[in-house]
Amino acid sequence: MAPILSIDDLTVSFSQPDRSISAVRQVSLAVAARECVAVVGESGSGKTQIFMAAMGLLEGNATAQGSVRFEGSEILGAQAPQLNRIRGSKLTMVFQDPMTSLTPHLKIGIQLAEVLVCHTGRSWSEARIAARRMLERVRVPDPARRLNQYPHELSGGLRQRVTIGMSLLCEPLLVIADEPTTALDVTVQAQIIDLLRAMREEVGMALVLISHDLGVVAGLADRILVMYAGRIVESADSAELFRDPRHPYTGALLKCIPTLSGPSLARLPTLPGQPPQPEDSLDGCAFAPRCPRAAERCRTERPLLREAGNAGDRGSNGIESGSSAIENGGARRVACHFPLSP
Amino acid sequence: MSGLLDDAVRRLRSNPGAMWAMFVVAGLVALALFGPWFNPNGSETLDWLHVASRPALQSAHWFGTDRLGRDLFARTLEGTRVSLAVGVVASAVSLAVGIGYGAVAGYVGGRTDHVMMRVIEILSGLPLIFFVIFLTVVFGRSEYLLFLAIGAVGWLTMARIVRGQTLSIRRREFIEAAVASGAGTARIIVKHVIPNVIGPVVVYATLTVPQIIMFESFLSFLGLGIQEPHASLGTLIAEGAGEMEAAPWILLVPGGFLAVLLLALNIFGDGLRDALDVKER
Repeated sequence: MAPILSIDDLTVSFSQPDRSISAVRQVSLAVAARECVAVVGESGSGKTQIFMAAMGLLEGNATAQGSVRFEGSEILGAQAPQLNRIRGSKLTMVFQDPMTSLTPHLKIGIQLAEVLVCHTGRSWSEARIAARRMLERVRVPDPARRLNQYPHELSGGLRQRVTIGMSLLCEPLLVIADEPTTALDVTVQAQIIDLLRAMREEVGMALVLISHDLGVVAGLADRILVMYAGRIVESADSAELFRDPRHPYTGALLKCIPTLSGPSLARLPTLPGQPPQPEDSLDGCAFAPRCPRAAERCRTERPLLREAGNAGDRGSNGIESGSSAIENGGARRVACHFPLSP
Repeated sequence: MSGLLDDAVRRLRSNPGAMWAMFVVAGLVALALFGPWFNPNGSETLDWLHVASRPALQSAHWFGTDRLGRDLFARTLEGTRVSLAVGVVASAVSLAVGIGYGAVAGYVGGRTDHVMMRVIEILSGLPLIFFVIFLTVVFGRSEYLLFLAIGAVGWLTMARIVRGQTLSIRRREFIEAAVASGAGTARIIVKHVIPNVIGPVVVYATLTVPQIIMFESFLSFLGLGIQEPHASLGTLIAEGAGEMEAAPWILLVPGGFLAVLLLALNIFGDGLRDALDVKER
């Protein structure tokens, strides 16, 4: 099946007065219909910028190279009018902080209805009814009253329900959720994740979940992409990734998650060192300086993202993550010379 | 906004200075508009029997007459009306132009912003008095010219303020969310940017009104503004200044009106700023 969103060899760089830094380096990925893909990485790993580029939301000093196709047509660098036909209707986004992503002076009902009026040409009164129905679907209690309230009168969890509802109004094919739970407290996080899961079953949209928290995406994602320093270092089915991580970085991340069964007084392991600065030129593997398994080769030759079925060294004929990644969307891939053994 | 607006009104109410100022302004406006109905004397009627007579409540001329025997009360009311009209109209024009210009410059940014701001800098570099004299010489004296000259500079500061506010709003996440929802630039500026900058802008506008009244009076005082037989507070003061020693009331009556009006408008504007500015609390 053709993917809904396919990103090919995308590089996003920011030009600064004295230099140019790359936040995303030659990333390729594909999202199939109804699929939930999680993109996991720490701050600055470029996970958000990939999708900012896709949505045409890059800052003025950013340039994107490569290709982003949505339903087969190129949207990278498309003009605003063309993008505006897709954005908000077929391809929508949920932002990190619901406190700031709603316009403060407009009532909830107007903000929701505006999306429908804008994209479907419905009348305001029809759109308002649809907005109320959507609030019911995203489990906002007392939706009729909420429509007449301003964002500051709602709690964070409710507001994120509203923004999720807003993203679903036009029955999108793909929703990009950029750390949708980061700004919320833990119990509300779980509710929002439950809501996203339920909405996925009801609406059947594909979902890209951007997060720095493996625990948040664990129960929701079909497939997880782990990013480090602007590149995808591992791609695997969700269950597989947790069962046997292949990339040392993924392995280290998983060890950092506290468990209920482990020794309670032991210190959690931490990852020594800092991620590389985006302007550092990286000849070898970006993770090598922090990697306990790093060898000389890791510092000189960058490992490609390739199939990780067999542990055998296939470095030279390894498949660079390219268009072939799309056909084998579910395949196990890792960018490491010496992957952890299964 | 209902909640925010209620708060602002409550804060304004609890500020006695601002409330008094508001009543004074309202009273002066009412007097300027409806006063002539209760005054038997017209502003252009000459009373040759009472030339330059002192103010006296028993006589027909409460505030006295000027040296042509015109009723000073009627003249001052007309002057107040004209001054208020100039202030309000010019402020409204500067508000409309300034908001539109500033919001576009700030939101679109880049080269557009650059060019638009340079235009503002060039205009604000014009020496205003010379500009007005120049216009008067070229086109002859007219009140519309006065509006034009004041309007040409009144919106500059407003546009700068709006642009500054827009720059900070533009970076906010809800604008990004609006872009991501497929809203066009025009829609975003009108629905999501301008309503969010309106608070400081309204405050500045209320403080613009007295500034413009003062400026108009200044021009009229110099003889560049409103012309006889029409009067503004500035022309009346200019007239009174000539008779200051013999008949001080001809200066003091319009001068007092102007002083009270400006003071009240400024206090009210300050109170409004305190009420609308949540950060100060």
